[in-house]
Amino acid sequence: MSVKIKLDFTLNSRPVNIEVPAEMTVLNLLRDGLDLKGTKYACGEGECGACTIEVDGRTINSCLMMAVDLQGREVMTIEGMQEGHALHPMQQAFVDHGAVQCGFCMPGMIIQANYLVKQNPELTREEMKRGLEGNICRCTGYTKVLDAVAAVVGLNERRN
Amino acid sequence: MAEDVAFKHIEKTSLIGKRIKKPDAPAKAIGKTRYINDMVLPQMLYGKILHAGRPHAEIISIDTSEAEKLAGVHLVITAKDTPDLKLGFVKDNAPLKSKVLCERDEVAAVAAESEAIAAAAIKLIKVSYKDLPGVFSAKDGLKKDAPQIQENFPGNKSLKFKFKHGDLAEAEAGSDIILDHVFNVHYVTHCCMGTSCAIADFDHNGKLTIYSQTQYPYNYKMDLAPALGIDPGDIRVIQPTTGGSFGAKLDVYPYEPVAAILAQKTGRPVKVLFDREEEFINSPTRQPAAIHLRTGCTSDGILTFRSADVLMDNGAYTSWGPTVPVIMMRTVSGHYRVPVIDFKAQAVYSNNAYAGSFRGYGNVQMTYATAQHMDMFAEELSEKHGMDPIEFHLKNAQKSGEVTPQKSYLRECVLAECLTTAAAASDYVNKHKTYTEACTEEGRYKRGIGLASSIHNAGGAKIHKSDGCGTILKMDDYARVTVITGASEIGQGIDAVISQIVSEELGVPPEHVTLVNNDSDIGPWDVGVHASRTTFIAGNGAKRAAIKAKKQILAAASKQANVTAEELDLRGGYVVQDKDGAAVIRLDRMLRQMHFQPTPDVVMVSDYYEPNSELEGKDHISDHSAAYSHAVHIAEVVVDTYTGEVKVEKVTMAQDVGRVINRMGLEAQMEGGLAFGLGFALSEEMIFEEGRLLNPSFRDYKVPTAPEMPEIEMHFIESDCEEGPYGAKGIAELPTIVIAPAIANAVYNATGIRFLNPPMSPEKVARAIWEKKQADS
Ligand code: FES
Ligand code: FES
Repeated sequence: MSVKIKLDFTLNSRPVNIEVPAEMTVLNLLRDGLDLKGTKYACGEGECGACTIEVDGRTINSCLMMAVDLQGREVMTIEGMQEGHALHPMQQAFVDHGAVQCGFCMPGMIIQANYLVKQNPELTREEMKRGLEGNICRCTGYTKVLDAVAAVVGLNERRN
Repeated sequence: MAEDVAFKHIEKTSLIGKRIKKPDAPAKAIGKTRYINDMVLPQMLYGKILHAGRPHAEIISIDTSEAEKLAGVHLVITAKDTPDLKLGFVKDNAPLKSKVLCERDEVAAVAAESEAIAAAAIKLIKVSYKDLPGVFSAKDGLKKDAPQIQENFPGNKSLKFKFKHGDLAEAEAGSDIILDHVFNVHYVTHCCMGTSCAIADFDHNGKLTIYSQTQYPYNYKMDLAPALGIDPGDIRVIQPTTGGSFGAKLDVYPYEPVAAILAQKTGRPVKVLFDREEEFINSPTRQPAAIHLRTGCTSDGILTFRSADVLMDNGAYTSWGPTVPVIMMRTVSGHYRVPVIDFKAQAVYSNNAYAGSFRGYGNVQMTYATAQHMDMFAEELSEKHGMDPIEFHLKNAQKSGEVTPQKSYLRECVLAECLTTAAAASDYVNKHKTYTEACTEEGRYKRGIGLASSIHNAGGAKIHKSDGCGTILKMDDYARVTVITGASEIGQGIDAVISQIVSEELGVPPEHVTLVNNDSDIGPWDVGVHASRTTFIAGNGAKRAAIKAKKQILAAASKQANVTAEELDLRGGYVVQDKDGAAVIRLDRMLRQMHFQPTPDVVMVSDYYEPNSELEGKDHISDHSAAYSHAVHIAEVVVDTYTGEVKVEKVTMAQDVGRVINRMGLEAQMEGGLAFGLGFALSEEMIFEEGRLLNPSFRDYKVPTAPEMPEIEMHFIESDCEEGPYGAKGIAELPTIVIAPAIANAVYNATGIRFLNPPMSPEKVARAIWEKKQADS
């Protein structure tokens, strides 16, 4: 069977020590190894963004990253965004603006949206569109998603 | 008077038309919701299916011995372990196949201890095939010497439909302009973000619990049972949260009985879950069609007839796809006032993929044709007779009270208002004129504006003996409400609408209403989520149940307060005097008093709402929906004549919604529906070569992403549907139906080129522009 490798990293602010098979992706480690099923599989080849997480403050498609490459890194998944019970402002904005339908794309979408706003708190609507290009949503038509991000940026009036 | 009601007055307010948040959104936004894809049951095995990967072949032998030997494999099954031909609309499909009729055909299946082992085992199954010549189009299927695909269907003829009204020859003779075109509508697929999944689990009594993404849990049992040889009564359907559906799960598909058979034989729960490539290859498509449309019109701009001859590639098996003519013909006969109709449709078996139901069901295809003919007439009449294009549409637009040749009764019809509203809001007439003049000028970027409209059922569609929905409502001692409804939630937001309606009637906050709707052992019957019916049908049911509960409470309160029940109301968690809102008693107290007395009076009510529509008969003459609705879209595009790229900049929509219930949910459905139509119009296309899908990935099959979305301006026209809840009509399909021809008409306005065969992909548009240049010079 496959070679197992020891791994230490930080997951949603808590240390994790685990042995993983060498060929395991981060997505599979999160979902099957650590029971964090918020991060979704929808293509497995970096085309849809459903598996988006933050690693060392940058977003990546977790289906394309090998678990062993997490050694020493800091990971944030959708489950790690909240502080306490309250929703993170980005999560709350998605709820308030009706951006969630079936919701399957949403963990990835919200992680990516949050990352974009952290990178550039003055994001324009066009920049949001480009920044979310890698996240497919089949339900919403993205308009309410953009409204939600715009609300977080304080851009409500600049709808264009 | 109790202290808590002293001097308390609660004004009458209404939630109808307000923005209600989806109750399940927070759990989804924090990643807490467990979708069916995420579920793991104790002792669960993983099922995996071996698909043929070739379009037409005899199976000479299957050797499963190596797979069976692999550690962790519990079972391998083939057709000889499963019932034959027990699936699909005409029972021409089987869970596992003894002969291959299309690429997706399920040949064998394994149950193993992990997904990885199951996948490895599948690779160890050796099948020897003898490939057969195939049929890869409807036209070829009709040829005399075509190979026969389905044994029981000679000449490859599948379903057939017909509707005639009036004298065609006479109408043709009375027409000044006759348009005659063939529109080829292509293959697209749903691409639900949550891939297909089923988990089956048998108990010791032989009762099956199936965790399913189905949109129609009650009839689903009836369709699944024969494929398992069990009684439908022995099936319990649980619907965990699902990652989208859009019509894809309105039938039983082979992976579902396969999961059940594996579970039955292993005695363990079995989960079958597709990866994305399997999802592309093995999911139903939208029904493709070649639509030969002829439409007549007088020089005064009055439509004289429509004749449509539709040829459909059935694919290898019959699911809902080839039944779409039922709706296509309503469009032919009801999209504007057309006195004479001649409609024919024939589906032909082939070795291609087969189609299911898909948001817009037949109407996406047909409106792509009819709405372009309307635009062609408008162009010609304005050029030759100076007729205003909107005037042409208005001349033919039906009015309230009109009845179509198929007897669709347009009780409240506001097509004219939709047309004038959208045209005025977008400055259609002026822009259209300006762009027409600029069309022949030099320049890389061309602007265009295009208008399209359509009609769709908006009060269900009675294609089953019942189009109804059951509701059970109970209130507890704390004035919390539980509504058990037959209506399924697939992301569309019926949860928000029902809590809003119940809250409106009972004067409790929407957050105090809990919805139970995911277990067929608990819920009352409903026909399913389809036909834009859920707000209308389940909304009516919830409203009626809530009114019963309210009556019961007010009757009890009236005795106490010594006034008639009519003088009381429920508001803000209180029983109040209707006239001035003076609080009489807190609602939870009232409920406890009703409960804890010698003859308890507990609020537990039920309702079964059946719309007043007529069953769709063989002759297709019936008022099959309780309401019909219209929408008009105006698309503004910029065409890059160098690259062929069509950018939709703005869409103005005007739609008859009856009455706005949840404004936020309504907008969300309009936007999402539009995105589907946009993808269909511009970029999405399944490319087949000899029955094999060449682009089974998001890389090669391009669904719309955020940058492609246009600015959207929505106008909700409220026609106040008498039968709808608070006047509402169903709305979710029209946005998908109308946008594509609006874009096509806009592209024509920009370039002078008609695109009869979607999608208007950059390559196709660039080539057509180049060819036109060659021809013009
Ligand atoms: S699952 Fe990783 S990008 Fe789609
Ligand atoms: S909400 Fe369903 S895919 Fe985005």
